[in-house]
Amino acid sequence: MNQKAPNGSAPSAGEPLLSVKDLSVDFTVSGNTTHAVRKVSFDIGRGETVALVGESGSGKSVTALSVLKLLPYPSASHPSGEIRFKGRELLGAQETELRKVRGNDITMIFQEPMSSLNPLHVIEKQIGEILSIHQGMGEKQARERTLQLLDQVGIRDPETRLRSYPHQLSGGQRQRIMIAMSLANAPDLLIADEPTTALDVTVQAQILRLLKTLQRDQGMAILFITHDLGIVRRFADRVCVMTDGEIVEQGPVEDVFEHPQHAYTKHLLAAEPKGDPPAADPSAPIVVEADDLKVWFPIKRGVLRRTVGHIKAVNGVDIRIRQGQTLGVVGESGSGKTTLGLALLRLISSEGRIVLIGNRIDGKTRKEVLPLRRDMQIVFQDPFGSLSPRLSVAEIVAEGLRIHQPHLSYDERDRVVAKALEEVGLDPATRNRYPHEFSGGQRQRISIARAMVLEPKFVMLDEPTSALDMSVQAQVVDLLRDLQRSHGLTYLFISHDLKVVRALANDVIVMRDGEVVESGPATSIFDSPRTKYTQALMAAAFRIEAIGEGIVRE
Amino acid sequence: MDATTEEKPAREFPPAAPAAAPAGSKPMLSPLNQRRWENFCANRRGYWSLWIFLFLFFLTLFAEFIANDKPILISYKGEFLTPIFVSYPEEKFGGFLPVTDYRDPFIQEEIKANGWMVWPLIRYSYSTINNELAEPAPARPSWMIDPETRCARYQQGLEDPNCTIGNWNWLGTDDQGRDVVARIIYGFRLSVLFGLILTLFSAVVGVSAGAVQGYFGGWTDLLFQRFIEIWTSIPQLYLLIIIASIITPTFWILLGILLLFSWVGFVGVVRAEFLRARNFEYVNAARALGVSNATIMFRHLLPNAMVATLTFMPFNLNGSITALTSLDFLGFGLPPGSPSLGELLQQGKNNIQAPWLGLTGFFVISLMLSLLIFIGEAVRDGFDPRKTFR
Repeated sequence: MNQKAPNGSAPSAGEPLLSVKDLSVDFTVSGNTTHAVRKVSFDIGRGETVALVGESGSGKSVTALSVLKLLPYPSASHPSGEIRFKGRELLGAQETELRKVRGNDITMIFQEPMSSLNPLHVIEKQIGEILSIHQGMGEKQARERTLQLLDQVGIRDPETRLRSYPHQLSGGQRQRIMIAMSLANAPDLLIADEPTTALDVTVQAQILRLLKTLQRDQGMAILFITHDLGIVRRFADRVCVMTDGEIVEQGPVEDVFEHPQHAYTKHLLAAEPKGDPPAADPSAPIVVEADDLKVWFPIKRGVLRRTVGHIKAVNGVDIRIRQGQTLGVVGESGSGKTTLGLALLRLISSEGRIVLIGNRIDGKTRKEVLPLRRDMQIVFQDPFGSLSPRLSVAEIVAEGLRIHQPHLSYDERDRVVAKALEEVGLDPATRNRYPHEFSGGQRQRISIARAMVLEPKFVMLDEPTSALDMSVQAQVVDLLRDLQRSHGLTYLFISHDLKVVRALANDVIVMRDGEVVESGPATSIFDSPRTKYTQALMAAAFRIEAIGEGIVRE
Repeated sequence: MDATTEEKPAREFPPAAPAAAPAGSKPMLSPLNQRRWENFCANRRGYWSLWIFLFLFFLTLFAEFIANDKPILISYKGEFLTPIFVSYPEEKFGGFLPVTDYRDPFIQEEIKANGWMVWPLIRYSYSTINNELAEPAPARPSWMIDPETRCARYQQGLEDPNCTIGNWNWLGTDDQGRDVVARIIYGFRLSVLFGLILTLFSAVVGVSAGAVQGYFGGWTDLLFQRFIEIWTSIPQLYLLIIIASIITPTFWILLGILLLFSWVGFVGVVRAEFLRARNFEYVNAARALGVSNATIMFRHLLPNAMVATLTFMPFNLNGSITALTSLDFLGFGLPPGSPSLGELLQQGKNNIQAPWLGLTGFFVISLMLSLLIFIGEAVRDGFDPRKTFR
């Protein structure tokens, strides 16, 4: 990425490729108008990469979608602004004219590679469609060009992949197909709306490298939308920081990162999870212990549903966590992290010894485990899905108390709930509201309060921070660490975000395909990983580099 | 993936409804229910249908005060009597029968001499046989007959105190000389109540069955589904005819027999909702807290399924009413003498020369079913999360 240095100055042709001036977007829903974007201006030169960064709700995606007028009109409207692409005005253009630009001069790739592809059509048809619409290619020609494109985006064995359906491909491969589709007509501008957010870090690094190579070869400009500052620093030439619908700061990446001017940029840059994990204490009592834990899902085939094999989601894992300590579990998606956690809590059936504070809990029935449930709790990843939308916050937090402390009166229970909410940093006065009135971070605090109100000894944290914005993430990490310190809690922390794991865990196991690849003290794993796989994971997470091809997934 | 959940706001777009001002007292309806009510009202046809239906239903609930062969209030020898609530023997008025016939001129004169009485608008109950018919039953509506013929059978002819508008047969009589208006008022009430009770019971059974199936899944689900497939393939009508030939169906027996089959309609929708929602994270969270299965199903999952159930209900209500009417029409329904709309239709078929029977039956049934369908459509609109009105 050092080969070109536009550095914010006007690009060579004199006129920028895309110029957005004073763009505003309003949404009107049943009479209420929200100003999603307010007077935003920025330019993109030929071959340049501009990043739009901001937290969720800052209006970055809306800005990008306005360029191609893809917003839900007429509930969306533009009170002001102009968008000029190669000197042509797009905002006031006719739909027919825009359609020629979309997918041709300007293309987009989206966050969710799963839902961006039509599940009913094979790859060949989906790419071929674009070629026939915009370039009028025949079937044979289109096929050749499709193969060429697949080869370009690094799909191995493109001949056989032509006949594949999207569900037969991995997330990374799907995103590569999306990129191939957007490259099909050699666009001048590629808008990438969080293209790697849904992918594993290792795959993310590969995709970013691919985009960079393609940009160099084809000389296209990229408008890159992301919330990840690490990517911006590695990837972009210029950056626009957005918050609350406004661009508060823009400029060359080095300038903005080294000398941030606006308070919000400084806040964003400072928002990385910090702090140290608890110190390892080999003398502390063991809280959770598992030997040779196995979770196998049978594969059944044929009329008689005979078991022909097993998917080994967790295969022979040993775990030992001492009181007041945190074991981090890292690995790519599908590596069995969550399954391991659920098995430890006996939420799915498993084989192998599990001991919780001296009680063997494997092989026990639901009823027998019930009294122990208050000692082991869980916090889920999705703060929107993990709270019942039809119960008030007080009811949600009190649910466990009704079962484990049924002797409490209504008032006593209410007091305990209020105390728990206060402890996680929420105003207890809000406890009669419903979850939808809270932000993602606040909801995650409610989830934590629900777990903490029972005063458990062991808490499994299943990616509690990955659905949150960066600055909120840091707060939740601090909260978890404070709670651990004051209650002597034991955590099993599952995450694919290695930065967060480094801030919380003193021991780490690295999982891959249900097995432990590497385990040991966090410091040694992070600083001197032994296996190739761990090394690739670390490189992808901390330096956004793709190394160890063939070891990690595609 | 699933576009049905209204809880998930679209990514990056401004929230559909900015969180309402939290301060102040809680409104009667939650914002979601307010939106549903607004959507319901936006369907004007359904909105008006609801009011018309409620009005008619309320009216017919008090059928005894509108059409009855007993007076509402009697003042007899300084004593107030309410024959609708209390059955007075004839001795009280100087007679000898165990039950008083207030339409009897002798009794009427006796009461007149010692006080007064207030009659309902229509002086016939659904089972009252008009003994003073001007022409052989089925008789034409009274307003089609000239006054002299109409009152010819009363003792004093035109001068008779019973030759009043209260004794008119506004829509004629059926072939047993019973007043048609009285019969449709009672018949409307009976049909709606039958439909409501049947729908309610079907919903309880169907939702429970669907909930168990969807929540536990696996073998429970598989076996139950196969059972339902076999069950629904039993020809309902033949079974009903066979049962009706063995025992005389009463209101409750008929309800029970129809319930055997009508609950199945709810199972599908509820089962689907439970299958979808049983792996939601908040359900898993509840499991991790040690919440019992029954509580999870009731507190966490049932509210999700209620939307589908409520949407389905008006249509099930219509189906129940139609089932009852058709059984009555075929003669396998309610016991003879009951005020049934199906029986009215059957009489219309048998007495083509008396079109007021068939026409009345047709109009009442189609009005009732149309109103319910319109309400059902509006309910469906109300619960539709994607529906937007300009």
